[in-house]
Amino acid sequence: MALSTVLETPGAGFNFDNAARNAALEGLFEGGQTPKPLKTGTTIAGVVFKDGVVLGADTRATSSDVVADKMCAKIHYISPNIYCCGAGTAADTEKTTDILSSNLSIFSLNSGRNPRMVMAVNILQDMLYRYHGQIGANLILGGVDCTGNHLYTVGPYGSVNKVPYLAMGSGDLAALGILEDGFKHDLELEKAKELVRAAIHAGIMSDLGSGNNIDICVITKEGVDYIRPYKESEYKDDRKMKYKYRPGTTAVLTEKVVPLNLEVVQEMVQKMETV
Amino acid sequence: MKDYHYTGAVENRFSPYAFNGGTVLAVAGEDFAIVASDTRLSEGYSIHSRDSPKCYKLTDTTVIGCSGFHGDCLTLTKIIDARLKMYKHSNNKTMTSGAIAAMLSTILYSRRFFPYYVYNIIGGLDEEGKGAVYSFDPVGSYQRDTYKAGGSASAMLQPLLDNQIGFKNMEGVQHVPLTREKAVQLVKDVFISAAERDVYTGDALRICIITKEGIKEETIPLRKD
Repeated sequence: MALSTVLETPGAGFNFDNAARNAALEGLFEGGQTPKPLKTGTTIAGVVFKDGVVLGADTRATSSDVVADKMCAKIHYISPNIYCCGAGTAADTEKTTDILSSNLSIFSLNSGRNPRMVMAVNILQDMLYRYHGQIGANLILGGVDCTGNHLYTVGPYGSVNKVPYLAMGSGDLAALGILEDGFKHDLELEKAKELVRAAIHAGIMSDLGSGNNIDICVITKEGVDYIRPYKESEYKDDRKMKYKYRPGTTAVLTEKVVPLNLEVVQEMVQKMETV
Repeated sequence: MKDYHYTGAVENRFSPYAFNGGTVLAVAGEDFAIVASDTRLSEGYSIHSRDSPKCYKLTDTTVIGCSGFHGDCLTLTKIIDARLKMYKHSNNKTMTSGAIAAMLSTILYSRRFFPYYVYNIIGGLDEEGKGAVYSFDPVGSYQRDTYKAGGSASAMLQPLLDNQIGFKNMEGVQHVPLTREKAVQLVKDVFISAAERDVYTGDALRICIITKEGIKEETIPLRKD
């Protein structure tokens, strides 16, 4: 019986197969600039408290200077007891956490256990180091397992830090100021949530890359409370005038109707079982 | 992260310019002109000030909006003020909007090979009392417009103004002349929209309304995040 391996062991050494392809692609684009990946320009924070871990994030995704998404979800599900905040290139954080989540669920199904934090951290570190910083993912992992409440951070080059509180992203310095001032070991739940909210709020106000709403995720031994949004932005756009267009405002220059001649080839009715 | 290895001496050039963000907008009506700007001064992803308006009053009938590099904005407005005083003392009259625009064009072109990194828009009343807007590029090319947006969110604002004030891309719509109240409300709405999507625009909106009675200023809050 072949147990499907949790991770396919990749070929030895660094894999730079795509480097030559990328260099060739650059020549095809005008100005030699490949399309810019969407960066999240974020504030994310995490705090370990008495009964578990609180993770927080803002919800703005920027594409250089333009806000691309006002309500993007930066706290990703890894496993029932582990969640991950991601800063950096949006696609990288999405895919990396997806891959990690899939691998850990295979592990859970095989072993009948919830994965441990150290396993998640090791898999991430392996993958990011192997790509030598090309995957731009700055991640804060928080979770509760049988050994306790943990908060780790993994950088794009594969560096790992185990910390009681942390902030990452472009708004990290503003958030860290609040965390440094207010953090104490073994905080109560409400105080911890308020601390993380204040930290993200500082990032949102001081950093142009962060903004809009605040999401919070509380992980304890009992379960997970994913509050999205925890705090809605106090700035609602209230445009006074209505900008509606009557039908017919856009000029129709030409009209061409192509009828689709469909022929019934086969008809099959299948009843769905509904209990 | 393109280069995988160090390829020799690295030179980090000093850049004399910085981009401080900000958006400016000017609209000309039948007997009024509006110049509006946001008040956020930023650099990179940080905010220097939430209360740094970009409209500067030049005369009783002319306001200039400058966005781009704040250092050059300040110097340029000082130079324009000095030239206005000189003109007043030599010719015993205040410069008209058209004259200020022509003069600004020569001031900017005199620095053709080390430009003022400023996007200027002048709004005011011309000699007949009609609204006038003059828009510039950093080296002095200018033209008279009915409405113009400049600065970081200009690409977002200009199409909306083209549609709402210029009635472009619309069929069967009555071309109603723009009233002052509708123009002010449109400017407010347009900046609220820009603040939603442009990270460099926000904090507050300063509107200068120029009529033959004088210049009235209004400030309304925008998103601070």
